[in-house]
Amino acid sequence: MPLLEVKNLEVKFAMRRGDLTALRDVSFSIDKGERLGIVGESGAGKSVTAYSILNLISKPGYISGGQILFQGKDLSKLSPEEMRAIRGDGISMIFQDPMMTLNPVLTIGTQMVEVLHAHREMSDQQARAIAIEKLVQVHIPSAATRFEQYPHELSGGMRQRIVIATALLTDPLLIIADEPTTALDVTIQAEIIELLLELCESSDVGLILITHDLGVVSQVTQRVLVMYAGRIVEEGLTHGIIRNPRHPYTQGLIGALPQQTVPGGRLNQIRGVMPSLANTPSGCAFHPRCPHVTDICESVVPEYSIFDRSRVACHWVKDQLGDVSEQKINETPAP
Amino acid sequence: MFAFLVKRVIQAIIVMLVISVIAFSIQDNLGDPLRELVGQSVSEAERQKLRDKLGLNDPFLVQYWRFLKKALHGDLGTSYFFKRPAAEVILDKLPATLELVFGATIIIVVFSVPTGVFTAIYPMHWLSRFAMGVSIVGISIPVFLTAIMLIYVFAVQLGWLPSFGRGDTVLVYGWSTGFLTKDGLVHLILPCIALSSIILPLFIRLIRAEMLEVLESEYVKFAWAKGLSRRRIWFLHALKNTLLPVITVGGVQIGTLIAYTILTETVFQWPGMGFLFLEAVNRVDTPLIIAYLIVVGLIFVITNTVVDLIYGLVNPTVKLARPHGGGE
Repeated sequence: MPLLEVKNLEVKFAMRRGDLTALRDVSFSIDKGERLGIVGESGAGKSVTAYSILNLISKPGYISGGQILFQGKDLSKLSPEEMRAIRGDGISMIFQDPMMTLNPVLTIGTQMVEVLHAHREMSDQQARAIAIEKLVQVHIPSAATRFEQYPHELSGGMRQRIVIATALLTDPLLIIADEPTTALDVTIQAEIIELLLELCESSDVGLILITHDLGVVSQVTQRVLVMYAGRIVEEGLTHGIIRNPRHPYTQGLIGALPQQTVPGGRLNQIRGVMPSLANTPSGCAFHPRCPHVTDICESVVPEYSIFDRSRVACHWVKDQLGDVSEQKINETPAP
Repeated sequence: MFAFLVKRVIQAIIVMLVISVIAFSIQDNLGDPLRELVGQSVSEAERQKLRDKLGLNDPFLVQYWRFLKKALHGDLGTSYFFKRPAAEVILDKLPATLELVFGATIIIVVFSVPTGVFTAIYPMHWLSRFAMGVSIVGISIPVFLTAIMLIYVFAVQLGWLPSFGRGDTVLVYGWSTGFLTKDGLVHLILPCIALSSIILPLFIRLIRAEMLEVLESEYVKFAWAKGLSRRRIWFLHALKNTLLPVITVGGVQIGTLIAYTILTETVFQWPGMGFLFLEAVNRVDTPLIIAYLIVVGLIFVITNTVVDLIYGLVNPTVKLARPHGGGE
């Protein structure tokens, strides 16, 4: 049984002029100790996916269909109190901007100890000891002093380490990290990525890493989902997708990396912009921006073409596959 | 902490100096003080002699300096009407006004915080919509009209509450209070409600707006993701951040409340400073007017300084003390 299995998740936003669909038919799973990346442009539905796992989508968003099975339990059917018990205990979250994630008027210690009190029966001294142990684990120097300090007394990188330490307090089975490095300096980014990797490798915790940074994805994750307009368009092993992207959107994303450009040349970009929820194109949502668009793309939502350890939702890929059926497409094995 | 205190006190002194200049310069613009002091029969030569004796012919700055020196010794001049030191006359009425303001402040704090928080947490609830509707009405109606309506309904029609005066008061350490007698408390109800009628809705809306913003913040989302109880998220994580700006605005509003006492006291015949001030204006009792302005200015400055200090204590990002080994 996978640690977390999301089946046909559908999320809608209730609007006056009818509901807007933010996520459609999102299915994926993650095993114990696995590291999964979710990539895509802003508005692709990455964060909505993450928040819906913990049932934290802000109103008017709501889960309108599908299942979210965590250790076999459907999270979307839990009562508020049952859900509260899982948040921060079985599943923790790390947020994007460490400058905003910590409460400015409470000490680091208060904000850590309260998590333990919310999920475990223990004394203040015990909670304090665990919190300081976790601060040491994320390489916070003079942890006991930091414990007493307020967030504004610490730098951005330090605050993100504290957020990570907070997420680790209850030894969760799964950590969902929503763009954990986006708001940080490049040097600090590297430190945080290294820390996340170190923590995941030294324990059995699963990680869902949401980012638009393919570099980060390739460093940290084993498997990756590419999302576009609320749908998973490609899924596969990270190295396979980075080296051999199949979906035109994934190809565009990777082609847009500055490393793919001749120095001094123009940067590649995917023409057009991500459609808004209110006017998602018919058929394949990517068709207005796709270089390989054909008539069928405009009317029919593409099915997944399943490969050995990956899948792609694209008519063009499917056709190509038919043309070159004898030519087995390389499945890059996991490193 | 000490450096912060010294800085705030110096600021307060500068503000008080400005207030005293403004208050004192009013003197020359409210007609001839001699008219109030002496009768019609006194000749012009005698008036002139009296003016010299009182120093009214001296240059403005000389007069102001003399006034300031006396003021620092607690002498704000002698009321023409009461023939007593103006400061003494004012201070006699001070307890009545402060109790009125205190009562209104209690009403404001007790009702605005729960209502503001509730309407922010449940913005679509019918109670929230009702509270928001009533608060708009409250802000729109002037205090004197609210006061008159309250008197009409609760004093005239229903006869439940007295419509004027302070009722029985007892003297506690030289302070006459209406809070310790039943009659005094009953007399406080209507004036306090009237006085709070504009500021209370303002506070409800302020707390609601701040709370709504805080509830959308990342740290509140993180608090939810940590699996904390709703109560802890609302009343610790969110409310503490909500109250910071409210405290600042609150300090200024207590000053405004004192200004509104002039209207409230007049309608309810409340024997306080505001009522006295209106009488003093009618009688062109200049020393009393000046003394009122100085005392009210002083109350205003003191409350604001205290509020700033409280804000500094509540908000950790204000460095009251020397920073202790920060990370940045």
